[in-house]
Amino acid sequence: MTATFKIWRGDAKGGEFRDYTTEVAEGMVVLDAVHDIQRTQAPDLACRWNCKAGKCGSCSAEVNGIPKLMCMTRLSELPLERPVTVEPMKAFPILKDLVTEVSWNFRVKKQIKPFKPRPPDAPDGTWRMQQDDIDRVQEFRKCIECFLCQDVCHVLRDHQMHEKFIGPRFLIHVAALEMHPLDTEDRIEELRNTQGIGYCNITKCCTKVCPESIQITDNGIIPLKERVVDNFYDPLGWIWKGLKKLLTH
Amino acid sequence: MNGTTTTSLPRRSFGETMRADVWWTQPLLVFIGLSIFIIYSTWAAFQSENYFSGNYISPFYSPEIFGDSPHSWLGRKPTWWPGWLLFSPALLVLWAPAGFRVTCYYYRGAYYKAFWADPPACTVGEPRKSYWGERSFPLIMQNVHRYFLYLALVFLIILSIDVWKALWFSDGFGIGIGTIVLAINVVLLSGYTFGCHSLRHLAGGFLDQFSRSPACYRAYTCVTCFNQRHMLWAWLSLFWVGFADLYVRLCAMGIWHDFRIV
Repeated sequence: MTATFKIWRGDAKGGEFRDYTTEVAEGMVVLDAVHDIQRTQAPDLACRWNCKAGKCGSCSAEVNGIPKLMCMTRLSELPLERPVTVEPMKAFPILKDLVTEVSWNFRVKKQIKPFKPRPPDAPDGTWRMQQDDIDRVQEFRKCIECFLCQDVCHVLRDHQMHEKFIGPRFLIHVAALEMHPLDTEDRIEELRNTQGIGYCNITKCCTKVCPESIQITDNGIIPLKERVVDNFYDPLGWIWKGLKKLLTH
Repeated sequence: MNGTTTTSLPRRSFGETMRADVWWTQPLLVFIGLSIFIIYSTWAAFQSENYFSGNYISPFYSPEIFGDSPHSWLGRKPTWWPGWLLFSPALLVLWAPAGFRVTCYYYRGAYYKAFWADPPACTVGEPRKSYWGERSFPLIMQNVHRYFLYLALVFLIILSIDVWKALWFSDGFGIGIGTIVLAINVVLLSGYTFGCHSLRHLAGGFLDQFSRSPACYRAYTCVTCFNQRHMLWAWLSLFWVGFADLYVRLCAMGIWHDFRIV
């Protein structure tokens, strides 16, 4: 059986979709087909990949218009009677063909206040944590930094607000730090003022495309939005906290 | 955030996408569902009649602060009410549950897509170039959600009292279809309210160390349980609250006759 793949070819100056027809077999994923095309028809086709197991986050692309890991997208899940489109991610500059320049993400990460644990609990310099306390942030640690969530987020993808919004990946990173039972740093002010959490309008597209099934919106972004409300928009909460402080001292 | 030129493929126009699926189905269904509810509830709120039938009162009109029915808390429409200002007992109370739903995190995501195409669906081109998000007026007001939550919790108590009253007919205790309709309404509204993201935060989500507050952790776990099906509760409760009003209305108009089970 054969299938046609419409693959975007080009670089920062421009490009076009080109059709490639290749043999497909049971169990194949999109990355296998792209490799076949690379091997037999287009040796200059640029494509980033590494583990072929959905854990390195390298082969992110858009398959039939939806951000996916090519190595985890089975051909049996796609309608092969029509050409399968494969494009690079839209939220980042194109280097060549399916490869995009994602270094912006790493620069953003450096600007987030790092983990700052409380003083050690034991004389040997170690800490004690309950599993209940750490369960919540362990979900966020599953992130493989494939940046599919950044790609699908319309604030970055369509509105190109990279200067003002850090995107779902880094909101999850902030959530992992902010909700960590040992962490003592406060990141809420930056979250509102410079990292732009208010730009998220809860479309949940990031959650839908996450290959690790992290509940990015419900478990990460919305709880952070609520923490921003605590600090900036809840006068009754401030009074309540003030009273509690007064009563405990 | 760290200047990088991020021009890639050309910006797509409104509705343009490479998606091969019927992406417009979900926003269309949301648009139709919410539109039907908004039109019906607005019409019902302005009727100011046929909102009670014996011991049943429509949830759109409860609590009836001022009004003509025996359910009214403070009697008839006050004499000081300006003549030019339209009066309906529903208008005095309906803003609170409406505000709770409008500012709800689930509905926000749904109606931004369905009514404002912001975006129409994931990876589908948008109609506007400018974008403000929820950072500036008017959408910054969405942060008031937890205050509407407090009101919604009060409304749950009031609607539960209505169910209790719906058990007592002129000839004593009984259960009618109307009693069950109103009781299901409270159950569904409770499922929706107890799964609220703001409640999840206030119940324990604000903590970094759950182990220090076991009661908060239990409450958080419980709210999380409802929260995982928040969309389902939102739609079921929306449909049923409208149906509960319709049931009471049709009984009051004599079109439907309430059946007494007990």
